[in-house]
Amino acid sequence: MTIKVIRPGLFSSFQDTGRVGFQHWGVPVSGAMDQDAHALANLLVGNPTTAATLEMTIQGPVLCFQAKALIGLAGADLGASLDGVALKPGHAACVRPGAVLRFEKPEYGARAYLAVSGGYVLQPLMNSLSTYSRGGFGGLDGRALKAGDVIPICSSFANPPRLNIPPGLLFTPRPGPVSIRVLHGREWAQFSASAQQDFLNEPYRLTAASDRMGYRLEGPGLALTQPAQLLSESVTFGTVQVPAGGQPIVLMADRQTTGGYPRIAQVASVDLPALAQLMPGDEIRFSLIDLPTAQQLLVARLRRLEKLEAAH
Amino acid sequence: MSNVNCNVRDSRQPLHAARAWRFEPCGDSCIVVVFATVFSAEANRRAVAFSAALHDLQARGLLSGVTDVIPAMVSVGVHYSPYACATLYPEWLPYDAMVEVLESALTQQQSLPRAPVKRLEIPVCYEADCAPDLADIAQACGMTPHEVIAAHTAQWVDVLMVGFAPGHPYIGMHDPSLSLARRAVPRTLVKQGSVGLANCQSVIYPSDLPGGWHIVGRTPWAMFSPANQPPCRLTGGDQVRFVAITAREFAHLARAQS
Repeated sequence: MTIKVIRPGLFSSFQDTGRVGFQHWGVPVSGAMDQDAHALANLLVGNPTTAATLEMTIQGPVLCFQAKALIGLAGADLGASLDGVALKPGHAACVRPGAVLRFEKPEYGARAYLAVSGGYVLQPLMNSLSTYSRGGFGGLDGRALKAGDVIPICSSFANPPRLNIPPGLLFTPRPGPVSIRVLHGREWAQFSASAQQDFLNEPYRLTAASDRMGYRLEGPGLALTQPAQLLSESVTFGTVQVPAGGQPIVLMADRQTTGGYPRIAQVASVDLPALAQLMPGDEIRFSLIDLPTAQQLLVARLRRLEKLEAAH
Repeated sequence: MSNVNCNVRDSRQPLHAARAWRFEPCGDSCIVVVFATVFSAEANRRAVAFSAALHDLQARGLLSGVTDVIPAMVSVGVHYSPYACATLYPEWLPYDAMVEVLESALTQQQSLPRAPVKRLEIPVCYEADCAPDLADIAQACGMTPHEVIAAHTAQWVDVLMVGFAPGHPYIGMHDPSLSLARRAVPRTLVKQGSVGLANCQSVIYPSDLPGGWHIVGRTPWAMFSPANQPPCRLTGGDQVRFVAITAREFAHLARAQS
């Protein structure tokens, strides 16, 4: 009961809801970049949202199933087909032994998530199956997939649960710049008035030097009113920090636990999935919301997911 | 939530006592409890003690909604789930509910005796290959290499925090004589176990990493093993003393380790 990796894709790694509770030892949380798509892929096959999925980046893999399985796909459309039949995000499919799942052409979005009913059989480390490739631990041998890997799975004879996915939960591409809502960062007030204005009014572009640890953005430079000497402090998924060069970096799933750069903003958690689906070159517009709004939006989003989970 | 016992708080905290902490949101899912704006050993110890108290509450299942507690130089980052808070305290803004929880934990902690400090002696080889920057450090500090080693091994020093990479401790403060800036050009690769020195602090590289600190020596010990429970030898608030070993002892201990 395994999946054989024919081609690994650009960067495919196992992720879950993250390695929570170990940050005081410097251990990054990791986990799926797009937590909504990760959860949805699991729900499509009747798994709990905490089960690991395979996160596939831009160029997806070619996988050969060597056992019967029920699979679910969510997030980006990377041009998946199962034995030649298209498989769209937001759908589940029963797989026969010997079937080949190919991801051939990225259509929209950057990250797709593949869940198998019953889950991947991997060794949890610090309560998580998430891969932290920089540290070389978690997931499958602490690294991205490579050709020839054999992944044990729980073979499933289940039928896909009936799911009515509410609009907005499934990632869909929208033309034009992506709107990302932010809160004030811890050092917002130390940035110059023009930096504050530029950050909220000018477009920023995602550069190719972006990965699971951080997104390097390109746009108007952001200066402090005076140089700051900051003591290392906690940072989070979505912290927007500005090193001396003035170009912002958004910290993502594999971020370090603490940092010492001035932080102009914090991406609202509800918009992290949209950020996770950006491609290099995509344009971002930041807009400011307050803390109560950010928390209400996040709670409402998670309640919708929970309803979906309870529905089957 | 609303019935935080104010009487208890008042009786334990003298009226004139200034509030020595403040809460700051760091996005919608993290609160930073700030104990000072500049570094002091006292502020660091308070951050570390508060973090330990929160970890203790968490271990006893008394800190619902909190996911991670991270002591830093003079602050504690508390990561929490707004979703869990909204479920537990439906009439509160999750941030406000979490502030109440932390305020109450801080107030209770004030009356508790400080937990005993865990002390650990760490073997460090200060010879040749293990200490590529020892001569530079001695020159920068106006000391002989022997005096640098003596100063570095003289005292018990605090683990100020663990961060930057898994199992990477910041240790200090050493004697003021060991004050020197970081290297102008960071190394792209520092060997696992290397002990870095700068600004009266030490770090230990838990794996091969890039780094800008002066390498004063190297420990044969593995500081971080992901499969161990706990994965890390040191935690913020521990105290360490470096103990000089010979290259022979280093080789012996390194073999015993693997």
